[in-house]
Amino acid sequence: MSAGWIAVIGTSFFAFALKYAGASVPAKWLTHPRVGRINLFIPIALLTALVAVNSFAVKSKLVIDHRIFGLGVAIIALALKLPFPVIVIGAAAGSALAYHFHF
Amino acid sequence: MSVKRDSLSLSFAVGAYGTAFGAASVSAHFTVLQSCLLSLLTFSGASQFAVIGVLGVGGSALSGIATATLLGTRNTLYGIRMAPILRLQGVKRVIAAHLTIDESTAIATAQKDEVDARKGFWLTGIGIFIFWNFFTLLGALGAKAIGNPAAWGLDAAVPAAFIGLVWPRLVDRKSRLLAAAAAILSLALVPFTPAGVPIITTALLAVAFGWRS
Repeated sequence: MSAGWIAVIGTSFFAFALKYAGASVPAKWLTHPRVGRINLFIPIALLTALVAVNSFAVKSKLVIDHRIFGLGVAIIALALKLPFPVIVIGAAAGSALAYHFHF
Repeated sequence: MSVKRDSLSLSFAVGAYGTAFGAASVSAHFTVLQSCLLSLLTFSGASQFAVIGVLGVGGSALSGIATATLLGTRNTLYGIRMAPILRLQGVKRVIAAHLTIDESTAIATAQKDEVDARKGFWLTGIGIFIFWNFFTLLGALGAKAIGNPAAWGLDAAVPAAFIGLVWPRLVDRKSRLLAAAAAILSLALVPFTPAGVPIITTALLAVAFGWRS
C-alpha cells in the first residue's frame, strides 16, 4: 500500500474516532460548572485563532496580504450589523479586488 | 438572524473552499479518488489540508496522520459540547459525529435555544458536507482550469465567516480579552509550530479563562 493510501485511511480513521469519542462522552461530564465555562470559551478561542491564522499566515510565515482587505470589510459589515451573507460575500469581494490590484 | 439562512450561506462559503482542497490535494500528488475520499471520510478541512501538506513536501504517512489527528482533537471538544443538545442515539450518533466540525458546532452554539441549535447543526453539517465534497471533486478535476482561489476572494471568505460567528459571542470583557489573547497566541506560534498547532493551542487559553468564574 502506498504512503498516500495509508495517509488517507489513517487520517480518516482517527478523525472519525475523535469525533465519535466526543459524541459519546457521558453527559454528566458537563454538569460541572467549570466544564460548562470552559466549553463556552473554547469556541471563542478557536474561532478567533482560526480568523487570525486564516488571515495572516501562509504556511509558517506571518504576512499581511490581500486578505486583510477582506477582514476589514467583514469587521465594518459586522459593526454595521449587516447580515451574515453580506459579511462573507463582501469580504470575498474586498479580498479579490485587492488581489487583482496585486496587493 | 435566521438560522436557515446563516447555515446555508456558511455552507456555501466554506464548501466552495473545497475547490482549494481538491486542487491542492491533486497538486500534492494525491489521486482524484484519494482527494474525494479524504473529503468524504475525514471531513475536517484543517486535518485534510494538514495531511496533504505534510505528504506534499515529502513528509511520511505517519507524520501526516499525526498532524491531521492533532488537528482533529478539537472535534472531540465540539462533540462533548454538542452531544447533550443533539440527544444522540445509535446511527444518529454516528452521523452527527461525522458532521461535528468547526462550522456546524459554531452555528449551533451561536443560537439562543436548543431547537435552533439542533437545526443549525444539522443544516450546516449536511450543507457543508454536500458543498465540500462537490467542490473537492470540482477542484481536483479542474485544478488548472479553475485557477487560484485567492482570485475569487475565497481565502478571505473563510476567515470572514469565522469572524462573523465569533463576533456575537464577545459579549463581555472576559470574552473579548480571551479573543485578543487567542489571536496573539496563535499568530505568535505560527512561525514555530506545525500548521494547525497554533489553533488547537488556544484551547488551553479557554481552559485558563474558564477555570474560575
